[in-house]
Amino acid sequence: MGQHTRLIFDVSRPGRRAHAQMPAGEGAGPSVLPAELIRHRAAPLPEVSELDVVRHYTRLSQLNFSIDTNSYPLGSCTMKYNPRACHRLASLPGFLDVHPGAPEASYQGLLECLYELQDMLGAVTGMEAITLAPMAGAQGEFAGVAMFKAYHHAREDYGRDEIIVPDAAHGTNPATAAMCGLKVREIATGTNGDIELDALDQALGPRTAGIMLTNPSTLGVFERRILEISKRVHAAGGLLYYDGANLNALLGRVLPGDMGFDAVHLNLHKTFSTPHGGGGPGAGAVGVASALKPFLPVPYVEKAEGAYRWQTDSPHSIGRLAANGGNIGVLLRAWVYLRMLGREGLQRVADHAVLNANYLALRLAEEGFDLAYPERRAGHEFVISLKPLRDETGVTAADFAKAMLDEGFHAPTVYFPLLVPECLLIEPTETESPEALDALIDAMVRVRDAALSDPEAVRSAPHRMPIRRPDEVLAARKPDLAYAPALRRD
Amino acid sequence: MPFVPHTGEQSDQMLSRMGVSRFRDLYDEIPDSLLKDEPPHILPGLDEAGVTRIARERAGRNEALLCFAGGGAYEHHIPAAIWDIASRGEFYSNYTPYQAEAAQGSLQLTYEYQTMIAGLTGMDVANASLYDGATAFAEACLMAVRCNKQSKSKRILVARSVHPAWRKVAHTLLSGQEIELIEAPMDASGRADFAPVDPESGGGFAALAVAVPNYLGGVPDIRAWRARADRARALLIVGFNPVSLGLLRPPGEWGADIVCGEGQPLGIPMSGGGPYLGLLACKSRYLRQMPGRLAGRTVDKAGKPAYVLTLQAREQHIRRSRATSNICTNQGLMVTAATIYMALLGGEGLRRVAAACHARACELVAALTAIRGVQRVFDAPFFHEDVLRLDRPVAPVLAALAEEGILGGIDVSGEYPELGHALLVCATEMRTSEEIGRYASTLRELMGRNLQSLGSAPCIDASDPL
Repeated sequence: MGQHTRLIFDVSRPGRRAHAQMPAGEGAGPSVLPAELIRHRAAPLPEVSELDVVRHYTRLSQLNFSIDTNSYPLGSCTMKYNPRACHRLASLPGFLDVHPGAPEASYQGLLECLYELQDMLGAVTGMEAITLAPMAGAQGEFAGVAMFKAYHHAREDYGRDEIIVPDAAHGTNPATAAMCGLKVREIATGTNGDIELDALDQALGPRTAGIMLTNPSTLGVFERRILEISKRVHAAGGLLYYDGANLNALLGRVLPGDMGFDAVHLNLHKTFSTPHGGGGPGAGAVGVASALKPFLPVPYVEKAEGAYRWQTDSPHSIGRLAANGGNIGVLLRAWVYLRMLGREGLQRVADHAVLNANYLALRLAEEGFDLAYPERRAGHEFVISLKPLRDETGVTAADFAKAMLDEGFHAPTVYFPLLVPECLLIEPTETESPEALDALIDAMVRVRDAALSDPEAVRSAPHRMPIRRPDEVLAARKPDLAYAPALRRD
Repeated sequence: MPFVPHTGEQSDQMLSRMGVSRFRDLYDEIPDSLLKDEPPHILPGLDEAGVTRIARERAGRNEALLCFAGGGAYEHHIPAAIWDIASRGEFYSNYTPYQAEAAQGSLQLTYEYQTMIAGLTGMDVANASLYDGATAFAEACLMAVRCNKQSKSKRILVARSVHPAWRKVAHTLLSGQEIELIEAPMDASGRADFAPVDPESGGGFAALAVAVPNYLGGVPDIRAWRARADRARALLIVGFNPVSLGLLRPPGEWGADIVCGEGQPLGIPMSGGGPYLGLLACKSRYLRQMPGRLAGRTVDKAGKPAYVLTLQAREQHIRRSRATSNICTNQGLMVTAATIYMALLGGEGLRRVAAACHARACELVAALTAIRGVQRVFDAPFFHEDVLRLDRPVAPVLAALAEEGILGGIDVSGEYPELGHALLVCATEMRTSEEIGRYASTLRELMGRNLQSLGSAPCIDASDPL
């Protein structure tokens, strides 16, 4: 690797410049700034040429796995192909150059796309109204739970301060409830993967603001009694929130609205194929049933008299979530994706995502892997447990994951859901071919066989990646979060 | 036209391997009443050429206005290299770097980014991004309440000159935890007037919050804020614009405890309002209360430098309901762009960009205030934006300017009624003297018309808005 791990600060030489990026005129000109407000010395940024920068960051990129280079069977993350057309078209200058303060009449084309996206997302969720403002799933969750609270308060029902969350839920669910000032009440999942109705009944009551559910759950199985659950929650005066992280399993086949959900968020960076970008940006569009519409966060796009406009004037709204209208560029990518998918494509997505997951689960079971819920039909993802392998060889799920990297596959999600010991959560998505699935199975079998024959080799994996296993304990005990030599203040 | 690679034959073989004959049977655990044979009604699918035609037509219909608007989104030059590199699949389509060995590129880049933001702001540590400036401000407020062990207060005193959208978003995100934002009004010079809200009295404040430059373009000397924060045992939160820090003294040197900003000026397109980049940095003593991801430097088993996500015990996937924030997905790709921007510009380049912005804005303000009926609202230093008062309502003037292809600024008279007919104007390094001249001559012509012709009643009293 050698030079690859040098920092851009180490490439820096005093006085070197990317000359083409320097504004002409040395920055001289009139000023009304008093001297005491001016910085004494230049900001401590690298001094490098343009080629230095291009080479450095191109090399860094080559140290990453990505969907464009590797399979990502990463459960709960829906790492499907991000069509290049979505990126190209969202990057048209006519879209990129719009200032958020420009008059709406000057960017009707952009607003038309957003309006269409709202419509399409409403159709695939069965929800009455959609806002595109939330900038990620967690913000969508915040919007949903805050709307539940506003809904109850508007009915002068102030005692509802609890959100019910299954123990298998994404961490964002309880964190969101806490951010909204609500108490989290966790309920257990039964051994068959469904929620225990008795536990639900015990949790429900006059303090119930609502319940947050993912369906299929993070265990990869469909909550079979969802209609009964929704009946009981509603009867208790609570509302149902759908965490749309797993919508890929149901797209075009089941509408969250039909399951009884009152609010839904969609991770556009999952089901709707916008890129993960190394951690973001995403988008967490939210849909609501009509009873919650008055509380929707602003702004959202409306059409009146043939023109599109942002609606910001909504007296009962929970308010604003973003400085502007949300992650517009991400929304445009989702719009392109959905326009290409079209009506006839919706079910093909879910059908093949579910087909791929079930095929993988079946084949891995045949190869001797332990499915966590062998009697259940997989949704678009499924859980296997490596506990027997660990007990026999000492090789953990984390070790197994690292060895998968050496095989050229991004590791499945490990240790989530928390309920299943030594688990791998595997989600192939519909964009992986049967040949890619077979290659994944072969790789997992090779790693398993290596664990049995030479466990130490697997425990010390990876061996062929840019680095060996990093010392995470050291990283946390002595946090080094900025390169001190670059910050030395003389 | 979904991106499914299976041949029909392959799908059939896989289904039969599963012991089923059709896709619908794969949903056999789902109640029949929920399953749809017919997909929901959306438009029929298009191929890439078809969607390209529509997207081009719509993008083409958006008008490119000559931009003199800022207010949190700025037209800067975006070096070509930035998005060429950031659009590489290895950055564009990779995942959150939880598997460090497979993401050293993004992790090292994030570490470099954190270093650059810390250096730029004069703070100790920066996180790996929040969604945008407004949410960064809200998280800074939440963080300050957690950090301030000396004050039990759940109130934040915020200057009214902080971006209105930041204050609104903070209100949305804070109200659930019963944290209250109290506004300090502006005096006639645009500085905060503490008289109505003495930080040292009443229930006290967990933090004081101010921005430099502020939403109205002003560059206040915030030593008074630091002194008041000290006396009130409150933390000091400072909002910033990263490009301005090429030129301006960094908030760390003013004694800020937590700083937050909008990272859009760092190589990110205006894109109708997003995706942008939330910047957050703090003193190291507050590190454990920071929200969001952090990249750290460590060593691997062979002793070589390695990068990881660290201090994850603060985050939702570990700490769940006791996490510092619910944030998970952040703005990773925008971090990539901003890092490349800062590396290309360097300290000197950023100084020149900032100085050019400031010089252009001075030129703009001089040209516009030479017009009868246009005057500055505040006699105070500004960076690249300033607020002007017109002798008539702003909205029809802006509409008339748009007819001439000019985005003349932002009408802030709704957000700040105390300022009268107030127009926030901005010039970045992108504006030429010719363009500034074109704006000034167009505005002069408009202001010379009689007021009714702009469809509005004359202003009653523009001389003393306070």
